[in-house]
Amino acid sequence: MKYGLKKLVALIITVFVVSFLSFLAFSVISGDAAQSKLGTEATKEQVEALREEMGLDEPVFTRYGTWICNILKGDFGISYRYNIPVKDMIKDRIPIMIALVGMSFLFVVTISIPVGIFCASYKSSWLDQGICIVNQIMMAVPSFFIGMILTFIFGLILRWFTPGAYVAISRDPIGFFLYLIPPSIAMAIPKTAMAIKILRSAILSQMDMDYVRTAYSRGNTKYQVLYHHVLRNALMPTITFGAMVLIDLVANSVIMEQVFSIPGLGNLLITSISSRDYPVVQFIIIFIATFVIITNFLVDFLYGKIDPRVRVKK
Amino acid sequence: MKRVGKQMCLLFFSFTLTLVLGGCLGEKEEGKESSIVVGISQDLDSLDPHKSVAAGTKEVLFNMYEGLVKPDHLGNFIDAVAKSHTIKNGGKTYVFTLRQGVKFHNGEEVTAKDVKYSIERCAGITEGKTPLIAAFSNVKSVEIVDDTIIKIHLKQADIEFLAYLTVAIVPEGTNDFEKYPIGTGPFRYESRAPQEYITFKKFDDYWDKDNQAHLEEVTFKVVTNSSALVNGLKGGSIQMATRMTTNETAQLKNDPFTIYQGGSNLVQALYLNHAAKPFHDIRVRQALCYAVNRQEIVDLIADGKGTIVGSSMFPAFKKYYIQELANYYTEDIQKAKQLLKEAGYPNGFEMTITVPANYQKHIDAAQVLIEQLKRIGITAKIELIEWDAWLSDVYANRNYQSTVVGVDAAYLSARAMLERFTSDYSRNFINYWNPKYDKLYQKVRESTKEEEQIKLYKKMETMLTEDAANVYIQDMNSEVALHKDYAGYEFYPLYVQDMAKIYKVKQE
Amino acid sequence: MRQKQKNQLVIGMGIALFLFLLFLLSIFYTPFDPDMMNAKEKLVAPSFQHIFGTDQFGRDICSRVLKGLGTTFIIALSTVSIGAIVGVVLGAVTGYFGGWMDEICMRINDVIIAFPNILLVLIFISVLGVGQNNMILALSIVFIPSFSRMTRSEFLTHRDMDYVKSARLMGVSHFRILFVHILPNTVPTILSMLAIGFNNAILAEAGMSYLGLGVQPPTPSLGRMLAESQIYLATAPWIAIFPGMAIVLLALSFSMISEGLSKGGRS
Repeated sequence: MKYGLKKLVALIITVFVVSFLSFLAFSVISGDAAQSKLGTEATKEQVEALREEMGLDEPVFTRYGTWICNILKGDFGISYRYNIPVKDMIKDRIPIMIALVGMSFLFVVTISIPVGIFCASYKSSWLDQGICIVNQIMMAVPSFFIGMILTFIFGLILRWFTPGAYVAISRDPIGFFLYLIPPSIAMAIPKTAMAIKILRSAILSQMDMDYVRTAYSRGNTKYQVLYHHVLRNALMPTITFGAMVLIDLVANSVIMEQVFSIPGLGNLLITSISSRDYPVVQFIIIFIATFVIITNFLVDFLYGKIDPRVRVKK
Repeated sequence: MKRVGKQMCLLFFSFTLTLVLGGCLGEKEEGKESSIVVGISQDLDSLDPHKSVAAGTKEVLFNMYEGLVKPDHLGNFIDAVAKSHTIKNGGKTYVFTLRQGVKFHNGEEVTAKDVKYSIERCAGITEGKTPLIAAFSNVKSVEIVDDTIIKIHLKQADIEFLAYLTVAIVPEGTNDFEKYPIGTGPFRYESRAPQEYITFKKFDDYWDKDNQAHLEEVTFKVVTNSSALVNGLKGGSIQMATRMTTNETAQLKNDPFTIYQGGSNLVQALYLNHAAKPFHDIRVRQALCYAVNRQEIVDLIADGKGTIVGSSMFPAFKKYYIQELANYYTEDIQKAKQLLKEAGYPNGFEMTITVPANYQKHIDAAQVLIEQLKRIGITAKIELIEWDAWLSDVYANRNYQSTVVGVDAAYLSARAMLERFTSDYSRNFINYWNPKYDKLYQKVRESTKEEEQIKLYKKMETMLTEDAANVYIQDMNSEVALHKDYAGYEFYPLYVQDMAKIYKVKQE
Repeated sequence: MRQKQKNQLVIGMGIALFLFLLFLLSIFYTPFDPDMMNAKEKLVAPSFQHIFGTDQFGRDICSRVLKGLGTTFIIALSTVSIGAIVGVVLGAVTGYFGGWMDEICMRINDVIIAFPNILLVLIFISVLGVGQNNMILALSIVFIPSFSRMTRSEFLTHRDMDYVKSARLMGVSHFRILFVHILPNTVPTILSMLAIGFNNAILAEAGMSYLGLGVQPPTPSLGRMLAESQIYLATAPWIAIFPGMAIVLLALSFSMISEGLSKGGRS
C-alpha cells in the first residue's frame, strides 16, 4: 500500500506542476486578456476596470491558486471567444473523443492479440513473414493518410459509408457509432501493426526462457506452454504498450477528427489554438495531460500489483 | 494443437470483419419533415445584430431580425416592421407608421418604444457612448409621436439613411443577445453550439402571412474547410451551401444538387495596409496592380467565372458601378518594374499576405497572386489565420501588411462600400488616407439629390482606382448548391441568404 | 535474425538514399516549376507529360512532390539535429556527473516522454504560434528527452568502466572523457535513435502541416498537399496518392534503418 501511496503523491505533484507550467505559459503569451476581450476601441479605464474584475492585477501564483480552485469546483473558466463557460463547450465533445478512442482501442486489441499470438506460434512461416512485412509498412503510414484512403476506397468507390454523414449521438446513436468506424479503423491500423510486433517479440523472448524449456521437458504440449505459461508473462510488457497506444490514440484523434470532420475535442482544440481562445486551449490540454498522467499512473500501479519485484526495484 | 490457434484467429478475423461490414451497410436517411442543414464557412461572431461585423454572420441573422424596412431580392426596400414611411425635410426627418400586430419571437408586440430603443442603441444614445453603427452617429433624436408613429431626426440631411433602417428592431432592454436573441423575422432562434451549429425554427406568428417560412427548421452548420463541406453535401449531412467555388461544385456533378450561379456581391481584393511599408507609396501599390493578371486569377480559381472589378464596387449595385475601371490596370510587367524602381525597390521586396484559413477561395487567390508577384521580383508569403484572429488582428487592430478577403456591402447603398475608406472611419482597415476622398464623401453627405450623390460616389470609386488603394480582383462567382429535394433559392444584391423562400419539393 | 536485420538496413538505406538523391536533384532540376500555375491544365490525370498529374492550379504534382520531399527532409534534418545535439549533451553531462541536476532532468524527461509527440507539438505551437519555424522549434524540443534519456543511460554504464576510470587517473579532463572517450562508444545507440527520430519527425511534420499548423502554402509540403487534395479525392485522387506515398516511403526507409541498427528487438 505504501508503494501505491507514494505513487499517488507523485501523481498529484506531477499534475500540479504540469498545470502550473501550462498556466504560466498561457498567461505569458495570451498577453492582456482584458484588452483582447474588449477589443481595440476600449478606453484605458475600461481595460483597467476589467483587469481588476478578472483579477489580472494579482500576482501569478495567486491567480493560479484561484484558477485551480475554480477547476476543482467545476468552473473551468469562460471562453474569450464565445463568452460562455468552457464547460458548456466541451461537455458534448468529450464523449465523442472517448467513443472514437475507445472504438479504435477495441480494434487494436481484438486484432493484435490473436494475430500476435499466431505470428509467434508460427514463427518464420510464410504467413508470419508476410504479416511482418505488412506491419513494417503500416507503421510508416500516417493515420490521416490511411483515413483518406479508407474514405476513397470504402466511401467514394464502394460507398459502404458516406463521408461527412456525421450525426450527433443524441440524434441517432447507431448512425453516430457507424460513422466512427472508419476513422477508428484508420487510427487503429498503425497501432495494431506495432502491437502485433511487440506481442510477437515478447512471446518469442519468453520462449527462450528456462522455465519454458522446463515446461516442455515435463511433457507439456506447445499449446499448453503457450497459453498457460508464456502468455501470462508475455502480456506484461504489453500492458505498458497498451497504455502507450491509448495515449497515442488520443493524440491521433485530434488529426483524425479533421480528416472525417467530426466535431470532437480535437477539432475544438485546433480551432481554439488558431483563434487563440486560451481558456479553452488551456483546459483541453490540461484535460488530456491529466488523462495521460493518470493512465501512466494506473499502469505503474497495476505493474506493482502484478509483479512485486517492481515495487522493490523502485 | 495448431488447429486451435488457427480457429481462434479465424474467429477473431471474421468477428472484426462482420463488425466492419455490418457497420458500413446500415446507413439510413433521417426523415425529418421540412428541415434543412446549410453549411456556412465560419461561426457567427455575435448574435447581437448591432454588434456583429462579419458578412457571414449577417447573412444568417437576416432570417431572424428585421428592420423598419427590409431589402428584397430586387434591391428595393419594402416596409417590414413599419407599415409605411416618408422622408421629410429633404432627408432630415424620417417618419414611420408602425405596422400593427408585428410580434417579437417572445410573443410580445412591437411597440414604438422598442423601435426607439433599437435606433438609439445603434446611435449610441441609450447604451455606451460610441454609436454601434457608424452611420447612426447622424441620428439626433428619435421621437415617439404616438403609439404608431415614430420620427427619426437626423443632425444632417441624409437621403440614403433608409438603407440603414434595415437595421434590426429588438425588444426594449434586451441585453443578453448571445443567449436570448429576439427579433421579428420569419425564423426564431432555437439553439446554438459554438463552432458547430445554430438552429432556427419557423416563427408561426410572423406578420407577413404571405411570406411565411416554408421550412420548419433551418440549421446552419459551421464547416470550416472545403473538403468537409463537399463531403457533407455528398454524404447528405448538409443540403445546402452557398458561395462555393467551381472546383467545389464540380465535385458534386454526380450528386442530386441544383447549382445556382450568381454573384457574391463582394469585392475580392488584395487589401493593402497603407500604414505598413512599403504600401504607403502609391508607386508600389500601382506596381502591384500592374503586376497582377486578374483574368488569370479568375481562370485559375474559378474556371473563368467571376466579374473582374477595378474598384470597391460590384456590378449588382448597377447605378454606382463603373465598368471601365476594371480595365484601368492591365498586366504590364515592364511598367510595374519601372514603378518599383522609382519607388526604390529595384529588386522587389518581401511581403506577407494574411488570409483567413476558412476561405478556400481567398487562399487560392493568394496563391495565384504570389506567383504573379514573383514576376516583378516580389516575394510574398501566406500567413493563414483563423477567422476570429483575422477579425481582431487585421480588421480591428490593423496589424498586418496585406490580406486577401472579400468586402461586402452590409446595406443597400454605395456608402456601405465607400465610407470605409474615409480617413477617420473606425473600420478603415487599410488606413487609406486621402483628404480629397474625405472631401468628396463630405459632399455626398451634404447632398440631397440622388443623381449628384451617384456622381460623387463614382468619383470616389475612380479615386480609389487611381490611387491603387488596393489590388482589386473580382466580384466572385457564387455557386449555390441546393439539394434537389428543395427549391426556391433567390439571389439578393446583398450578402444574405433568405431561407424563408426555400421550400421542400414533393417527391413521388 | 541477424541476416534479416541486415537486409532491412540495406533496403532502408537504399530507399533513403534514393529519396535523398531525388531531393538533391530537385534543388537543381524539377520537370516543371513546382509553383507554376496553368489554367489550361487543371486537374490533369497522370500522363507522359505530367507523370503524377496536376493539381487544382495546374501545377505539376511530380515537381511539387520532389520539392515537398525537400521541405520535409530539411525540417526533419534540422529538428533531429537540434534535438540530438541538445539531448546528447544533456544526457552525457547528467549521466556522467549525476547529482540533483540529473534527478531533475530525469523527472522532466519522464513527464515529457509520457506524452505523444503530436500532442506536445500541438501544445508548443499553441504557445509559440503557427508557422514553419515554430514547428521546427517545437519538434526539436520534443525530441530532446528521448535522446537525452538514451544517452544518459549509456554514459551511466560507461562511467564506471575501467577505461574511463583509468583515464580519470591519468588526469584527463572531464570534457575530454565525455566527448572523446565515451561518446564514440555510444555512436551505435545514437545512430539508431537518429533513425527513429527521423521517422517520428517526418510523421509529425506531415501531421502538423496537414492540420495547417506547420508549413504554410504555397510552399510545397507533403502534409499540406494531402490536406488540400482532400476535396478532390473523388475526381482527382492522384493529387492525394503521390504525396501520401512519398511520406510513407520516407518514413518506411527510416523505420527500417532504425530496425536494422537496433540491437535485437526494440522495446
